[in-house]
Amino acid sequence: MGFPTRFSAHLCLYTSEVNIMTAISFAGVYQKYITKSGETTALQEITLDIQAGEMIGLVGPSGCGKSTLLSLIAGLLVPTSGSVRVFGEKVAGPSPDRGYMFQQDYLLPWRTILDNILIGAEIAGRVTPQIRERALHLLEEMGLDGSAAKHPHQLSGGMRQRVALVRTLLTEPQIVLLDEPFSALDYQIKLQLEELVTTTLKARGITGVLVTHDLGEAVAMCDRIVVLSNHPGRIKRILDVPHNVRQRSPLAARETAEYHSLFRTIWGDLQDEY
Amino acid sequence: MNTKTSLWSRFWSRGAKTPDHARYLRHQRTQTFWVFATQLLILIACLAFWEVGARLNWINPFIFSYPSKIWLQFLAMLGDGSLLHHTWITVYETLVGFLLGTFAGTVLAIVIWASPFLARVLDPYIVIFNSMPKVALGPIFIVAFGQGFLSILMMALAISVVITTIVVYTAFRDVDPNLLKLVRTYGGSRRHVFQKVVFPASLPAILSTLKVNVGLSWIGVIVGEFLVAQAGLGYLIIYGFQVFNFTLVMLALFVILIVSTVMYHAVAFFEKRTLKWKD
Repeated sequence: MGFPTRFSAHLCLYTSEVNIMTAISFAGVYQKYITKSGETTALQEITLDIQAGEMIGLVGPSGCGKSTLLSLIAGLLVPTSGSVRVFGEKVAGPSPDRGYMFQQDYLLPWRTILDNILIGAEIAGRVTPQIRERALHLLEEMGLDGSAAKHPHQLSGGMRQRVALVRTLLTEPQIVLLDEPFSALDYQIKLQLEELVTTTLKARGITGVLVTHDLGEAVAMCDRIVVLSNHPGRIKRILDVPHNVRQRSPLAARETAEYHSLFRTIWGDLQDEY
Repeated sequence: MNTKTSLWSRFWSRGAKTPDHARYLRHQRTQTFWVFATQLLILIACLAFWEVGARLNWINPFIFSYPSKIWLQFLAMLGDGSLLHHTWITVYETLVGFLLGTFAGTVLAIVIWASPFLARVLDPYIVIFNSMPKVALGPIFIVAFGQGFLSILMMALAISVVITTIVVYTAFRDVDPNLLKLVRTYGGSRRHVFQKVVFPASLPAILSTLKVNVGLSWIGVIVGEFLVAQAGLGYLIIYGFQVFNFTLVMLALFVILIVSTVMYHAVAFFEKRTLKWKD
């Protein structure tokens, strides 16, 4: 299906010497949710530095606050206490320099693919011929040429999620937040998209934060994995993914011995949580 | 005979790709044909029974009139232009009532969507007004807005506005919250959320209230005309009733039947064209 599979060039770039800057920094973050029935602590004492260009995985049982962490980075939530900084600046609200990929594509069915991609630029009031040009170019790069004038329902699930990736990339974010973006896809499509997202983010030096329930996906795609425990959400452990796994594509990474041993380690960690 | 049969069956299976496909098409199309034929038969049977029954005095021709007499009345009133005059007045009132009702209802829905505080404040008033039979307000409208167009219009509005507000506001609220989040992650304001997502996502609901509102506006206008009018199809019904000309009453009913059906289909066609992206 004309799928880009270009790994060799960029994959060696992401070892630590390229980027030493801190992209995202959590310092003593607490997050409380207050509702009619009382209050719950979603996050407790979160301190974490994420390096620029790094792909970091957040895994943990449901209710551990993974999505809350993403919302804090996105600026959709304000921490109850502590601070969240992005490239040294305190997060003040949402901004197009932090892209967000959802569990589903959430393409607007009444818009064409091109108009869907342009929504970010539209909200920022910056739809220029150059942006359109770049949107078409990105579509082509993702193997979606010829679909610009179509409507979402004419595309398959995998294609739609690639459109969502283009939509996220078009505003040139420095950080991309991935909220289980492959969970609604067939396994085969999911593997293809894992590869596409990994190469694309690495090639552009974009920092990625991946929330997932799929431990294998986390190990195969990420440089470091943060294991969270629940009630309240705390950082239980941070694991480095071995070099041998990181330098491979997500698909090839699954065949290494280190992949399996790391998978078992995280599995063991999470067993205590349920 | 043989060639004739095959010509006949070829007509029913035209465009077929395979013999099985031909059998399928033939079945589907003959089925459709018989549905239509039966519908037509029922109509003709009813009209025939009515005509014959009235002429033979099985049913009272004075009260129920009969088709040929209604047809003659139709031709007479078409000839002197009075029928078109009355029809146009009612259609005009209905169109104004229906467009204004949908517009006002949608605007009100937007206002309460924009202000959750106002939504909570207005909630009991909306519920009470919605459950009230609006026709009961007729006398008050006559006193307040006079014996004429304005009262009829207010009746049409009273019937359609609140239900439009409720349906459209519910549609606004039921938009997938993830779509709102999508706009917010790009730094979009509440206004952006409304323009880019909430309104277009609710357009199908708004357009389908248009269809409902056509019917509601007809009710409002006819009731309004019963009460105050000096012209229009509702007036013809009341007038016919008062002078015991039931042929006129029946004729007015038929015209309402036809014009309201045409209007409904016009709106349905408009809805389909606007929502092209759905298929």
